[in-house]
Amino acid sequence: MRLAARVRAVPALSALALLLAPAPTGATEGRPPPGATSCTGCHATGAAMQPISGRPAPEIAAALAEYRSGARPATVMNRIAKGFTEAESQAIAAYFAQGGPER
Amino acid sequence: MSRRLVQTRRSLLGNAASAALALAGPGLARPALAGTAPRVVVIGGGFGGATAARALRQGGVDVTLVEASGTYVSCPFSNEVIVGLQPLSAQRFGYDNLTRTGLTRVQANATGVDPSGRRVTLADGTTLPYDRLVLSPGIDLRLDAVPGYGAEAVAAMPHAWKAGEQTALLARQLEAMPEGGTVVLSAPANPYRCPPGPYERASLIAHFLKTRKPRAKLILLDAKDTFSKQRLFQSAWAALYPDQLEYVPLASGGQVTAVEPAAMTVRTDFSEYKADVACIIPPQRAGRIAAIAGAADRSGWCPIDPVTFESKLVPGIHVIGDAAIAGAMPKSAFSANAQAKVCAQAVIDLLAGRAPEEPKLINTCYSLVAPGYGISIAGVFHPVNGLLADVEGAGGISPVDAPASVREQEAVYAADWYRTITREVFG
Repeated sequence: MRLAARVRAVPALSALALLLAPAPTGATEGRPPPGATSCTGCHATGAAMQPISGRPAPEIAAALAEYRSGARPATVMNRIAKGFTEAESQAIAAYFAQGGPER
Repeated sequence: MSRRLVQTRRSLLGNAASAALALAGPGLARPALAGTAPRVVVIGGGFGGATAARALRQGGVDVTLVEASGTYVSCPFSNEVIVGLQPLSAQRFGYDNLTRTGLTRVQANATGVDPSGRRVTLADGTTLPYDRLVLSPGIDLRLDAVPGYGAEAVAAMPHAWKAGEQTALLARQLEAMPEGGTVVLSAPANPYRCPPGPYERASLIAHFLKTRKPRAKLILLDAKDTFSKQRLFQSAWAALYPDQLEYVPLASGGQVTAVEPAAMTVRTDFSEYKADVACIIPPQRAGRIAAIAGAADRSGWCPIDPVTFESKLVPGIHVIGDAAIAGAMPKSAFSANAQAKVCAQAVIDLLAGRAPEEPKLINTCYSLVAPGYGISIAGVFHPVNGLLADVEGAGGISPVDAPASVREQEAVYAADWYRTITREVFG
């Protein structure tokens, strides 16, 4: 069941990624882009660090850009976002917008 | 023996197995066992192994998880248990939900690995064939490293560095300690499990003494001069525990050279300390099965490829979590969980005959220096020259001059992280 869901999600994900960013890195062949699988150790329902799965990609990408620049106040996300380029952030945003690990 | 196990596997997997076999068919290669889905054996059911087993299962792989214990006892937050801020029951996690993903759980000790025949041997002689093996064995304590600190000494001077009975023992000893007593806590040289852990433990014991036994004192003996989140810990100690906590770094004679459990003495090059409670955190190495498999080098830890977590010593075996030499990435539960997901994807890729992508991994470690006072260290890591290195410009510790509101917020995040990650791993 899992695998079937993943295979179905691939075309949608690729299309969305293309719309959002001309050249996102990673996320090829339905694989999670670099860094994406680390996020769910903190981000989940019921936690102060709210879930990111299913949120719109532009919202996630903008948050990461603002953490990176320091425009958005943070405790750890400012330190983490600096480890990702804009293209990598866009790929992570597209992955979670499509449901992340639940896709 | 192995036939019985195969039957067990079938009965446990049932329809899920058939479905997975059907789905996994075209995409995944079957190098070792014609006519079956690729098999991955995972040894170790902690934050690394349980995460890897789940992620592999979600990728349609036939997974067998070998773990000797039926219950996992979590080390993160066990320092809170030691000082009565959290019950030990909050550290215990079962494997029922993980088993429901359709993996096969074998509750046994793995005693042998045959890398050329790609088989794991269990204590009862059963063998488990694998296409790829994931080792997440955690640590073994080196009970030959500190003179006097052998297997019998841990009952008098608990390490409490593997959570469980040792955690409860240290909690009881602290509770029973006389007013005005002395606690001696020793931290080992690098590398070891949970770099900030000894200092969080020192902080929370100091908090316990301050609130419960204000005339008592804690001496923290350290086999090194620098440590994780040092400025944050030391400024908090100066503010909160000036009368409770004395820190003795290596340069001031902090290295423990011997202990005498019967006399409750802890010796260093410069002094001898008489303890009412002594917690000795000894040097460590990768869990024993890593050395049995040939995946540990002379340091006792396991060199790995930073893209796939495959052993640099034994092909077909991947090592994740505390046992691995992961470069700049610390030995933490967060790291083990992040590594497990990257490793699982790499194993799925390799079984399918495609090249794994270069990963990035995140680590975040929270420590409590007092209830409602949290601090953190974070990092982002990527492969550089065969090791996991820090992504430059990212990561670091909480601000040293942050207001109390930030410390409170980080304490909340620490508790929420624990709930979230244990639910992701075991839930």
